Amino acid sequence: MTDGLVLDSIGHDYDGVPVVKDVSLQVRPGELVCLLGPSGCGKTTTLRVAAGLEAPRLGRVILNGQLVSGGGVHLPPELRHVGFLFQDYALFPHLDVLGNVTFGLRSLSDAEREARARQMLAQVGMEDYARAWPHQLSGGQQQRVALARALAPSPSLMLLDEPFSGLDKRLRDQVRDETLHVLKSTRVATLMVTHDPEEAMFMADRIAVMRGGEIVQMAAPEELYNQPRNAFVASFFGEVNLLEGVVRQGNVATALGNFPAPGLGEGTRAEVLIRPEGLSLSPAPEGEAVVLTARPLGRSSLVHLRVERAGMAPCHLHSRLRSGTAPAEEQRVTIAVDATKAFVYPIPE
Amino acid sequence: MRSPATPTGRGWSVAVFVLVAVVSLPVLAVASKLLVPSAEVWSHLAGTVLATYVANSLWLMLGVGVCVAFGGIGTAWLVTMCRFPGSRTLEWALLLPMAMPAYVVAYTYTGLLDYAGPVQSGLRVLFGWHTARDYWFPEIRSLGGAIWVMSMVLYPYVTMLARAAFLEQSVCVLEASRTLGCRPWRAFLTVALPLARPAVAAGVALALMETLNDFGTVHYFAVDTFTTGIYRTWLGLGQPAVAAQLGAVLMLFVLALVLAERISRGGRRYHHTTGRYRRLPQLRLTGFAALAAQVFCLAPILLGFLIPAGVLGLWAIEGGAERALAGEFLPLARNSVILAAVAGLAAVTVALVLAYALRLHPRPAVKSGVRLASLGYAIPGSVIAVGTLVPLTSVDRVIADMAQSTLGWSVGLLLTGSIAGLVYAYVVRFLAVAVNGVEASLGKVTPSMEAAARTLGEGSLGTLRRVHLPIIRGSLLSAGLLVFVDVMKELPATLIMRPFNFDTLATRTFTLASDERLADAGAPALAIVLAGLLPVMLLSRTIARSRPGGSP
Repeated sequence: MTDGLVLDSIGHDYDGVPVVKDVSLQVRPGELVCLLGPSGCGKTTTLRVAAGLEAPRLGRVILNGQLVSGGGVHLPPELRHVGFLFQDYALFPHLDVLGNVTFGLRSLSDAEREARARQMLAQVGMEDYARAWPHQLSGGQQQRVALARALAPSPSLMLLDEPFSGLDKRLRDQVRDETLHVLKSTRVATLMVTHDPEEAMFMADRIAVMRGGEIVQMAAPEELYNQPRNAFVASFFGEVNLLEGVVRQGNVATALGNFPAPGLGEGTRAEVLIRPEGLSLSPAPEGEAVVLTARPLGRSSLVHLRVERAGMAPCHLHSRLRSGTAPAEEQRVTIAVDATKAFVYPIPE
Repeated sequence: MRSPATPTGRGWSVAVFVLVAVVSLPVLAVASKLLVPSAEVWSHLAGTVLATYVANSLWLMLGVGVCVAFGGIGTAWLVTMCRFPGSRTLEWALLLPMAMPAYVVAYTYTGLLDYAGPVQSGLRVLFGWHTARDYWFPEIRSLGGAIWVMSMVLYPYVTMLARAAFLEQSVCVLEASRTLGCRPWRAFLTVALPLARPAVAAGVALALMETLNDFGTVHYFAVDTFTTGIYRTWLGLGQPAVAAQLGAVLMLFVLALVLAERISRGGRRYHHTTGRYRRLPQLRLTGFAALAAQVFCLAPILLGFLIPAGVLGLWAIEGGAERALAGEFLPLARNSVILAAVAGLAAVTVALVLAYALRLHPRPAVKSGVRLASLGYAIPGSVIAVGTLVPLTSVDRVIADMAQSTLGWSVGLLLTGSIAGLVYAYVVRFLAVAVNGVEASLGKVTPSMEAAARTLGEGSLGTLRRVHLPIIRGSLLSAGLLVFVDVMKELPATLIMRPFNFDTLATRTFTLASDERLADAGAPALAIVLAGLLPVMLLSRTIARSRPGGSP
């Protein structure tokens, strides 16, 4: 048996409405796995099943080699030894910071509990706030205390439910970075839920993309970005230009030319997704596209293009270029497509 | 977000089942009499007293209903929508009569307005009349008097709920109607009042439940209603079966009221259109209008609280405060306080178990169980007393038989007529008060705090102890206080179920008044009223906080 968390064919429903269908995944010690998906995709329920806060209707949960859910077994959350970081942090308002962090430390003496709690607070940089009350802390500070509280009993599994969504953008980046370092230094297996693909790519070793209660694709961030399994995953991980066409002799004809569509039958309707950074532009008086606007966005510029090709409806595309390389507005350009950033999928009937 | 639902929490479900069974037993015991009416008893009832009871109860409900609706709506409208000198004070002072048990008001007005009372004596001296034949004076001890007395103490129910309804709707629709050209009066009649109708209906229903529950007033005024009938058949005629029959019929009245209240409350949901509070468009009253508003709001406070309280104070002094203190007052107060404190503690404990279990397992079965256990608030105390005694006597018989056959001891009736039995009846009657308070306060603990405690290694009981209890301690105290005061005031169940020779402030007030020793009743009655002021203070604090646009 392996250490860490194993979810085996988990299925769950609320009042007959299925929310999780046949979800299987594994989190190894020291690994950080993200459940990523839009709201209502079942990712939080999966997390709660792992914690024991919900008993799954189907499937098994195995924690460090021990069956904790499934087959008539359900170990309640208090006996699972997992840490849970909540979206709203859920600090106990009637206890001060130290009281919150020592809450889960019960088998130790008072002195040991306090020492352990202070050590955890130091690790998250909150040792000066041990006697503060939760309502006196900022959102970022509350998040760090909650992290210290969850980690204090040295859980074998950490579960994070949208832990940064309550913070504003600038603070979020900082807290995210600190949290990642704390989790990695404790070598705890971590399962985290988020709806933000950038956050998932920042934090995770592997990402499970969920939709409609199912895992659509599970892979390392780079693979998900570069080899998305379907149009949903591709568009979820970044902006895409969408072109449609019909497969003729193994190719899809679009306003940007032909794209190979291996494995798709003759006459299949297909969509081509191209990331904006996959379109490079070069000025050409006879080019097929006109630059509508070019907006600098810091590190890159976003160029709006109108593509006109004989026999096809004009279409609107975005290209992302390195700063300073954007063409002038109204200019005619030709477009070169980076094939590794273009994805072809059949359109489901 | 959902609460932890673990199959291992079966203990809580079992606890709910047992508690609900025990608490709803009396109500079910009486209700079952409705299903199996013995024809003989029934025809006797129908032929003799039933018609009087029904007629009196209906007239009483009609009169009280009209009066509390009129007074409650009027006062609520004036203090929430208008500004005039003293309106802020009146906003909470209007609740003061809630501290007055109706029977105490009845006693004080009888003392004032009787033939021998100061008012009639004064008139006789003033106009030179000699006997009752020389002039006409309304008889206070009558159906009309009972309507008047009860309206004076029950209108705050309508005031409170109507006020809340006016506050909810004012921001969204009243301003709109004013901008559309409605004059204030028209806006009140065409917009505010129809929108507040469900709240008013709910308030009137609550007031009418209290009317049906009343025993002291109607008994003293010799207006025969169901409660006096039940009391008489049980204690006077010694016919528990007939008393239970009467109780069952009375429960039909209550059922109609509960349904009316539930239906109107269900509708209230739709009136929450916004959670935002803005300063209310208040109408500034001056001159004659302000004076009229002041008089309209002051009158019920004066008649329902200040005058009766003043009379009680005078009686207490007249009766000799030190004599009262030296005599029976302290033992009576001790009995009342201990009884009320034990009942309050018991009710809050039961309520806590029910509300927490409901939170852990929000299943329909648990939900309806908790609702069933809360039904007692609608059932008159006399009915609950009868319903409690029926199963208690059976249990006592079983115990006595067992003790006799196995141990050879003759233990008599252990529970019937005991303090434990009385506390049981109080819990049945007032559990809803505690459940409402506890349920609302558990909302302060978010589901994720609960889940956090669980993942940090605490079980459901440990979480209750280490997280919920410290957070909701204050609310538990308030809930217990409400029950405490209700028990202090309670009369019919106490009279029927109290142990032999056991008196409380309420029962002593009742017996003294029945013996026409009104002045001696002053001290115990005043003590009940003072205790009754506590929840009024709590309520007025809540009201001050809920005042939108006002200072925090």
